[in-house]
Amino acid sequence: MVSAPPTLNYLNNGYGLKSWLLTKDHKRIALLYLLSITFFFFLGGFFALMIRLELLTPAADLVQPDTYNKLFTMHGVVMVFFFLIPSIPAVLGNFLIPIMIGAKDLAFPRINLASWYIYVLGGLFTIVAAITGGVDTGWTFYAPYSTSASNSHVITAGLGVFITGFSSILTGLNFIVTVHRMRAPGMTWFRLPLFVWAHYATSLIMILGTPVIAITVLLVAVERAFHLGIFDPALGGDPVLFQHLFWFYSHPAVYIMILPAMGVVAELVQAFSRKNIFGYTFVAFSSLAIAIIGFLVWGHHLFVSGQSTYAGLIFSILSFFVAIPSAVKVFNWTATIYKGSVSWDSPMLYAIGFIGLFTIGGLTGLFLATLGMDIHLHDTYFIIAHFHYVMVGGAIFGYLGGLHYWWPKITGRMYPEGWAKFAALNVFVGFNLTFFPQFIVGYLGMPRRYAMYAPEFQVYNVLSTAGATILGVGYLIPMVYFLWSLKHAPLAGDNPWGARGLEWEIPSPPPTENFPATPIVTEATHQYAPSREVGIA
Amino acid sequence: MFTNFPFFPQQASEQAATVDALYFFLVAVSAFFAVLIALLIVVFAVKFHRKDDSQVGEAIHGSLALELLWTLIPLGITMVMFVWGAQVFFHMTRPPKGAMEIYVVGKQWMWKVQHMDGAREINELHVPTGRPVKLIMGSEDVIHSFFIPDFRVKADVIPGRYNTLWFTATKAGRYHLFCTQYCGTKHSAMIGWVTAMEPADYQTWLSGGAGGGTMAENGAKLFQDLACATCHLENGQGRGPVLKGAYGHQVLLQSGQTVTMDDAYIRESILTPQAKIVAGFTPIMPTFQGLVTEEQLLQLIAYVKSLGESTGTGAASTAPPPGPVQKQR
Repeated sequence: MVSAPPTLNYLNNGYGLKSWLLTKDHKRIALLYLLSITFFFFLGGFFALMIRLELLTPAADLVQPDTYNKLFTMHGVVMVFFFLIPSIPAVLGNFLIPIMIGAKDLAFPRINLASWYIYVLGGLFTIVAAITGGVDTGWTFYAPYSTSASNSHVITAGLGVFITGFSSILTGLNFIVTVHRMRAPGMTWFRLPLFVWAHYATSLIMILGTPVIAITVLLVAVERAFHLGIFDPALGGDPVLFQHLFWFYSHPAVYIMILPAMGVVAELVQAFSRKNIFGYTFVAFSSLAIAIIGFLVWGHHLFVSGQSTYAGLIFSILSFFVAIPSAVKVFNWTATIYKGSVSWDSPMLYAIGFIGLFTIGGLTGLFLATLGMDIHLHDTYFIIAHFHYVMVGGAIFGYLGGLHYWWPKITGRMYPEGWAKFAALNVFVGFNLTFFPQFIVGYLGMPRRYAMYAPEFQVYNVLSTAGATILGVGYLIPMVYFLWSLKHAPLAGDNPWGARGLEWEIPSPPPTENFPATPIVTEATHQYAPSREVGIA
Repeated sequence: MFTNFPFFPQQASEQAATVDALYFFLVAVSAFFAVLIALLIVVFAVKFHRKDDSQVGEAIHGSLALELLWTLIPLGITMVMFVWGAQVFFHMTRPPKGAMEIYVVGKQWMWKVQHMDGAREINELHVPTGRPVKLIMGSEDVIHSFFIPDFRVKADVIPGRYNTLWFTATKAGRYHLFCTQYCGTKHSAMIGWVTAMEPADYQTWLSGGAGGGTMAENGAKLFQDLACATCHLENGQGRGPVLKGAYGHQVLLQSGQTVTMDDAYIRESILTPQAKIVAGFTPIMPTFQGLVTEEQLLQLIAYVKSLGESTGTGAASTAPPPGPVQKQR
């Protein structure tokens, strides 16, 4: 049943370092990204582990407060800018978007390669900042602490963020042009896989938002280096201006991280229910709605900053509006499973985990959009729990689910399903044990970024640290079996899942040119049986 | 080892009960939807589990009615959250008239508190129960945030401006005070205690704590020492505007705009006198940036405020309008 892999594919089409480092093949660039973001993921994970170990006891005993401050800063910077933002787009998006729309490559293969080099350069700055002593401003770089008070390597780390932003902009640009210009005949907008819609929406944010963070970080560097008064009131600046600029990008950036994961989950739910999505247009447009409204909610990070009460009102109601398209997605995914042919393969387990955890992450977001509630919760562990439910329970679950689903396509080999199920369970249990207690300790009032804390908070921190240990093991297991699978696992064949979509019609691993001839598309993806409308019974 | 397994902070202020009510509503709504979704997914995944490998799902395109249903119902529920949250927020951001004022200065890494009668504290705040207390807060260096979990109140403390926060303590006791805006090395040590006392106990505490004069008295002394008094004469003949009775009133500026004479305006006028020039005066006042500390600024403000409170004369409608000096550049 499973045929041998094609003799010539993108993996064996040229060996040697040069054939990889100078490749213009979107699939090879995706693998370059996979290697580099995996490195940063485990680096960021190491910082997280140190944080959790320090927080096992109320006193600052494992590391000094200064070191602790650097640990959570580096954890945030590495995870946000060097893992979460590039993760799904630069790896899975890069690999799959051209294939899913029936194209040979992205619109600008050289720019695609350049974006990886820019990412690596940005990453090197961050690593240099970490090695030479670290940075202690928090990933948010709040002024005037970052510009006038911190004695750490703010400029080096800031330049890392500044540089890697261009990688993000170029990737977004490439995706947008590719989706507009390179769809195969018959691949109309409303036949596009939802994965592509999600990446299209993400790319809009990358292009429109990233320049603002670049400017903001640059202004921090300028104020720090030349004492030009921009943010520090002692120099005539306005510190709240920094927060407006920073969150104008960094809130939409949350959607850069979650939208691609939503795209992955839409694919997983369809493939493992063998059923087309319920309410395609609503799911597709909800991605765009999230991208657009997401630009108008940044002020909810400033509810306690003393911004005008009326500005607070506007930002609050807009924040509720952005929750609606997310809710629509959750309901549609759930409805998709109804009357499906549901398999419990590991990618589906991640998808189900995603829906549950993202629901909790989204619902607790409503607490923070509620003005009177946010005052108490702001800058406590409730926030930490909330955004980890979205970033880890959401983005990382989506990433891991997608990686398992497309691993056979990427490598041509399966992975051990038993171990994969076990790891998924580990990640799910570990994740919840780590972060659910933080909702409670947050409501009790434990502030974030505390190296030392009041003794009554300890029980929840012990639970968190125990959970983080399980979670860490859950991350290491796939690392091991994925590597093992490269040589030893059975061959996957073209379509091991019985899924529908252009990527499953070509060999695994795909040939360099993806398709021998441009495919003609005659129906939307994931059509397993003829469609019908349903009424409310 | 862990005998203490709390789920909720104490309810020690008037605000705490209203915030908790909102919290329980949000938790109830969230729990309902989280359980609903989880239940549906698990039931569907089990009920429609693939029986044999060739089986495919039933193709269902969608349903406009369902889409509208699960758009409009969440929208309705979130609008209830919005209105309720906004009401609580408005209450929390509008201190009642006559609230007892206490000044707070944050610096790396301590909280400095000055009571109107002159009592000072560090990393401690004593307040009476049953009376609204308004904190007027500034920072000497970076951004801090003043958080009392048991009162459910919090506000950022930002250099270069004053943010306020108010509460009415309802229960005598000692409560955590945390800095919640990351401010450097000892951020997690920038903590303290808020002590709420029965009014009688509070009076006793005050009489024991006050030392070198009230804030307004100290401000009056500074007003002389810094030579403010040589220009800001009370008789209206000085080179600077009359300050007596001016606090809280509108001031007409040279530019034709008006500004309310509040804490922020007095602060700005002392540090950057050229910023908002009062109509009819020349820009001769020098800056006092670097000459007065944050705490002295607060004392000067308290003094000017006491001038306003002690007389009813000199309202802004009578010329010349009060405020610091001058003419446009």
